[in-house]
Amino acid sequence: MIHNPSENLAQNREPETDSENNWRQYFSFSTDHKVIGVQYMVTTFIFFLIGGLLAMLIRAELITPASNVVDRPLYNGLFTLHGTIMIFLWIIPFNAGISNYLVPLMIGARDMAFPLLNAISFWMIPPSGLLLISSFFLPNGTAQSGWWSYPPISLQIPPGQPINGEFIWIVSIVLIGISSIMGAVNFVTTIFWMRAPGMTFFRMPVFVWSVLSAQLLQLINLPSLTAALILLLFDLSFGTQFFKPLENGDPIIYQHLFWFYSHPAVYIMALPAFGIFAEVLPAFSRNPLFGYRSLAVASLGIAFVSIFVWVHHMFTSATPSWMRMLFMVTSMLVSVPTGVKAFGWTATIWRSKLHLETPMLFAMGGAAMFLLGGVTGVMLAAVPFDIHVHNTYFIVGHFHYIVFNTITMAIFAAIYFWFPKITGRMYAEGWGKLHFWLTFIGANLTFFPMLPLGLQGMVRRISSYDPRYQGWNIVASLGGFLLGVSILPFIANMVGSCLYGQKASDNPWFATGLEWTTTSPPPRDNFAEIPVVKRPPYDYGDPKYSVIEPPDYHQQEH
Amino acid sequence: MPRFLEYLLIAGYIAVLLVVSHWIGQCAYNWMPVEATAEAQKVDSLFSFLTSIGSFIILGLVGMMVYSVLFFRAPKNDYSEGHPSRGDIKLEILWTATPTLLVLWIAFQGFNIYQQLNILGLGQIVHLHTPLELEAPAYASEEQPKPAAETIDVFVKQWDWSFRYPNNVTSKELHLPVNLRTRLNLHAKEVLHSFYVPEFRLQQYIVPGREIELVVTPTRIGQYKLKDALFSGTYFALMEANVHIESPQQYSQWLSQAQSESASMENQAVAEYMQPPRTMLKSNWYTVVPEQSAIARSATPKTNANERKVMNDT
Ligand code: HEM
Ligand SMILES: [Cu+2]
Repeated sequence: MIHNPSENLAQNREPETDSENNWRQYFSFSTDHKVIGVQYMVTTFIFFLIGGLLAMLIRAELITPASNVVDRPLYNGLFTLHGTIMIFLWIIPFNAGISNYLVPLMIGARDMAFPLLNAISFWMIPPSGLLLISSFFLPNGTAQSGWWSYPPISLQIPPGQPINGEFIWIVSIVLIGISSIMGAVNFVTTIFWMRAPGMTFFRMPVFVWSVLSAQLLQLINLPSLTAALILLLFDLSFGTQFFKPLENGDPIIYQHLFWFYSHPAVYIMALPAFGIFAEVLPAFSRNPLFGYRSLAVASLGIAFVSIFVWVHHMFTSATPSWMRMLFMVTSMLVSVPTGVKAFGWTATIWRSKLHLETPMLFAMGGAAMFLLGGVTGVMLAAVPFDIHVHNTYFIVGHFHYIVFNTITMAIFAAIYFWFPKITGRMYAEGWGKLHFWLTFIGANLTFFPMLPLGLQGMVRRISSYDPRYQGWNIVASLGGFLLGVSILPFIANMVGSCLYGQKASDNPWFATGLEWTTTSPPPRDNFAEIPVVKRPPYDYGDPKYSVIEPPDYHQQEH
Repeated sequence: MPRFLEYLLIAGYIAVLLVVSHWIGQCAYNWMPVEATAEAQKVDSLFSFLTSIGSFIILGLVGMMVYSVLFFRAPKNDYSEGHPSRGDIKLEILWTATPTLLVLWIAFQGFNIYQQLNILGLGQIVHLHTPLELEAPAYASEEQPKPAAETIDVFVKQWDWSFRYPNNVTSKELHLPVNLRTRLNLHAKEVLHSFYVPEFRLQQYIVPGREIELVVTPTRIGQYKLKDALFSGTYFALMEANVHIESPQQYSQWLSQAQSESASMENQAVAEYMQPPRTMLKSNWYTVVPEQSAIARSATPKTNANERKVMNDT
């Protein structure tokens, strides 16, 4: 089980230069997975800021019942682009970025399997994203049909304008999809073939397991979205009738193709977040990850089951009863491996020695809020209940508990956790904690109110609403603005600490995992020499193995 | 703390949790609008049941986390091990098996309640008038329209609802007799819409070119709002209609007095298109123009030929 053809596979790497700490490399076509990882992360963070601004405009409109901030076409464009950007230009590519940075380090490889392909995958993202956002400046604006782009709504475009928001939307999402597929090929190959000697599957960190599972989903399910979008483009621009209901087409087929990807996409986004929890929680509770094997296998289990649940987005789409019942059961079964993960995290923390630094706060906060996201998910799988709340704010609340309160929190945990490794400097703890508390409070204020609103029947995507819904909407909007503010200490901390932060040691958290055995930041080839792995992962509890440096090392000043 | 005390504490905590989560489940009834159909009560009891289970899980695990944060803190700079336990097979099997049984049970409850919603039996719901029919199981073509006391046509288009009653009266309001099964034949003109009355706990997409049927039995006299739950373009937010549930006498009285309303009557989308509200930011981006004539009659004859049939009732 020992493969180390890294020397053969990773041929396209440029020769090592001494420009390791040269900021210019981040603007270059580098094939170093670490540089590419940082490029991804910084780029997608900028998109996150843009998506967040759009969200705040949406919340500004919704603070009062009347339509008085943006006109209705603009509102529709705002939520369309907000959703699209957050999913396709923030979480999914950010995960690609952090995985890029970490996976080779964690499995003891010198680089990804196909470094050139890796660089190309990244360089497709900025132009596709800019293309998408540039559609705001078209005379008739961006796509307005939601990030689902359901036909026939999405086919209603300004006559005589071949380049329109919807067209641009499809082209950019297809391009981003191609980038993801190239990335997925690279990740799967890397994890299968580039592991260091001794790095067996059951010595891989759970983060690597979850990246593997997520990227397998990309390979299996993404082609379905691409197909749907290309057919949609034909309908839109070339007069075909695949999805046109009045001309023998079937719009429901689009929904099947779309959700066949877009449900698993939720796990493509969430699995790496679960992986992050599995790294951070043990490190800051000084325990082995409880039930490591079950958690590792649960990642694959989640990926597998989530392929078979897409119809739960279509319970009210003229879906026959037998399908409703079948997909109710499969949807509920996803909660089994997911539950295994949640129990494992809690058991890891139990009877431990907790250190509540910023990464741990974000990880515990994210894991706790995931419980509400997950429980509301099981509720939604129950068909009779879903028939009531489908397409209401209950859904919006549920998935934001997942995409923001869980995944985005996990991303912040990851950024703080690996910041010393990536930059070689420590971030400022006080600012980190401030960021955590603002985010945690803001996130709950923003997204909790959406659950009662949905139960009471407030429909999603409406630009004006019945005054009786105003109370909770005010809370949600104020929470949303607080979330906007919460990002400021984060940016200040990151920029300031990159430039002036204390120098970090190689392993400031005394964590296990190969990435902590090399220097901070790691050299071009990651390891002075390829490590040979002889220990189980997460061996925090085993005094025979644990690397404990003298405590004052942690505090060392430079 | 001795092991024994810890177990006692956990047992006590679980007991408290059971009580509290049951209580939260009972509160859940108040989080939703009034129940205006018999089915609404069933959906609400399912929701209450799910809320109790969910609260138990959330409070249980969050409680463990909070307890840990309070009592399992490491002394500063102590990076030694917490404890060396890597897993516990029995515990892991337990916490895989329990949720499996639990969700199967929940799914079973969901199935039961779904059946009681009186939605047509499994497999009968879609009737395709297409070549597929040849392969369809025999019972699919034997299906009979469900008996109903009244049949009302519901027309929906961008951006307006209208209703046609048995005596050919058309109106912008949906009137339903209480406690009587009423069949709604749903027709959409150009894009998808979704029929949604929160008090009915009921939602159904309406697909142009398909004939979709919904049988409702309202149980509570009153006035409600019909909404479009599926985004349908620029004036989506204006897609509301009044629903009146009345005694059968009032209903037939209304029917006999009602006059067909003129087509363009109070179509809010048209009004807004003519005179857009003042907003801080104006994009003037493209929108489909709402039509004046309110009733989408043209949708019916044109699409009958290959209309597909979908029936639901609650
Ligand atoms: C700053 C925090 C955020 C706020 C205040 C916010 C708010 C909103 C609001 C008000 C909507 C509109 C719902 C509708 O009308 O359909 C929405 C939709 C959405 N948001 Fe967010 N959001 C935030 C963060 C995020 C994040 C981090 C993601 C990451 C994936 C995200 C993904 C989505 C998606 C996918 C939609 C659905 C859009 C649609 O259905 O067309 N949001 N959000
Ligand atoms: Cu889903």
